[in-house]
Amino acid sequence: MALNLDDIKRIAHLARIQVSDSEAQETLTKLSGILGLIEQMQAVDTTGITPMSHSQDVTQRLREDVVTKTNQRELFQSIAPATQDGLYLVPKVIE
Amino acid sequence: MQWEVVIGLETHVQLQTRSKQFSGASTTYGAEPNTQACEVSIALPGVLPVLNKKAVECAIKFGLAIDAEMAPRSVFSRKNYFYPDLPKGYQISQFELPVVGKGKMTIQVPAGKNTEAYEKVINITRAHLEEDAGKSVHGAVEGMSGIDLNRAGTPLLEIVTEPDMRSAAEAVAYAKKLHELVQWIGICDGNMQEGSFRCDVNVSVRPKGTEKFGTRREIKNLNSFKFMQQAIEYETQWQIETLEDGGTIQQATVLFNPDTGETRAMRTKEEANDYRYFPDPDLLPLEVTEADKARVKADMPELPQALQARFISEYQLSSYDASTLTASRAQADYFVAVVNAGAEPKQAANWVMGALSAKLNAEEKAIADSPVSAAQLSALLKRIADNTISNNAAKQVFEGLWAGEGEVDAIIEAKGLKQVSDTGAIEAIINEVLAANQAMVEEFRAGKEKAFNALVGQCMKASKGKANPAQVNELLKKALG
Repeated sequence: MALNLDDIKRIAHLARIQVSDSEAQETLTKLSGILGLIEQMQAVDTTGITPMSHSQDVTQRLREDVVTKTNQRELFQSIAPATQDGLYLVPKVIE
Repeated sequence: MQWEVVIGLETHVQLQTRSKQFSGASTTYGAEPNTQACEVSIALPGVLPVLNKKAVECAIKFGLAIDAEMAPRSVFSRKNYFYPDLPKGYQISQFELPVVGKGKMTIQVPAGKNTEAYEKVINITRAHLEEDAGKSVHGAVEGMSGIDLNRAGTPLLEIVTEPDMRSAAEAVAYAKKLHELVQWIGICDGNMQEGSFRCDVNVSVRPKGTEKFGTRREIKNLNSFKFMQQAIEYETQWQIETLEDGGTIQQATVLFNPDTGETRAMRTKEEANDYRYFPDPDLLPLEVTEADKARVKADMPELPQALQARFISEYQLSSYDASTLTASRAQADYFVAVVNAGAEPKQAANWVMGALSAKLNAEEKAIADSPVSAAQLSALLKRIADNTISNNAAKQVFEGLWAGEGEVDAIIEAKGLKQVSDTGAIEAIINEVLAANQAMVEEFRAGKEKAFNALVGQCMKASKGKANPAQVNELLKKALG
């Protein structure tokens, strides 16, 4: 799969990362290199091998359904840029 | 042109847990803003998610209830998007390998204006575990939005159907059935006002008889069955009109406005579905073993389907009656109590689905709050069965029970509803009626069958409804002989 500059800009936008044209060019080269590597790897026959979803071969441990957290709103909001009436304030979002 | 609507549902079911999906913060509804938002809920750097065992059990319960394929290993993924009520910048969800796979549910679609009631199987595509986002509060501060993260991280099970529904009525019947089921198996409190059960409805239309799906629009966050019905009907009509006027449908997310009854596009989805899912490295694969399933199953109530089968085989009820009675656990329990107290099952079914359910609906009461207890209804049905009262009189007794006028026999006595089964007394009434209605008698003799029914009616009226109708029929036939 070949990437172009527009793909890079779009990926950057989706990730909310600002990239200049020269940075986009540089990223294009790097990302294309990674995709090239993956293309090479796809030549390997993986028939019958379960896809791996985690690097460790163990399964998820579960937590009992118990409330263990206490209210620490004061502490958390002491480092927030803006709060009011217990709410975190952010620039207005409109649907 | 004849159009056909195609509908699929995605339902977010809030699981009944004490703590959140990935942290020990409380999920209690209605707390002061951000007092239940711990460091995981607000996504402070370096925190790690730990999965809630109860939420996994809820998912297994649902899978067992819809006879679904269940993944022995399922995987949590990150669904990436930016919104202030999602502080991590991604929602932990399941994508390629959901915990619950394909299953099915049988729904009962009630009779409409021009249609009979019928059953239909709806295929469930999948159900996956995920976490809820927080809430945005607008208008409190000029130019700002307030964020409350109490809800962030609340455990959800998202249940997705195939596009199997073909009318608003079918979609609502499915949603209601699902709503009852999740409460039946105790995984959700079903509270729609508080957002515990939210439906997104995908609607598209296509010329009837064609295979290809039309472009769909998704109606978001419907939290009442009435709105769902209205929204789908409006949306369907809008899409048909747009296409007939030569327009095209753009894929979009729409919101329903209950005040106007209209749907309105929220945002077009040009970048939609570009959530760049990838497996969450913070969570290991979730393993569900046969032993886990057996353990959860042992803890589950008898399911509606099993109860239905029992009603059909043990009580000889029709399949429709059996499924209607098992529409909710409370109703099924009530019916069983009426039968166990000695009532004949078919008659009990008719009364529970008929008079009782009509009255409960009219007064918007739940069956658990019925003023007429199962024991009282059973006692009433016994009085019909032993010919003490007629069916009609029984309706008056039922009203009396509802109004709290006392027990069955006392009400029959007080209202003088005891049926007259004394042959002599009925014959006397018949003779009177025949004498007073010579014209009808002539008509009957001339071959008009209807006149007979009119005469029965007159006799019943003359007895103030107390005569045993079967006896009136028989004796009248004899008298006209």
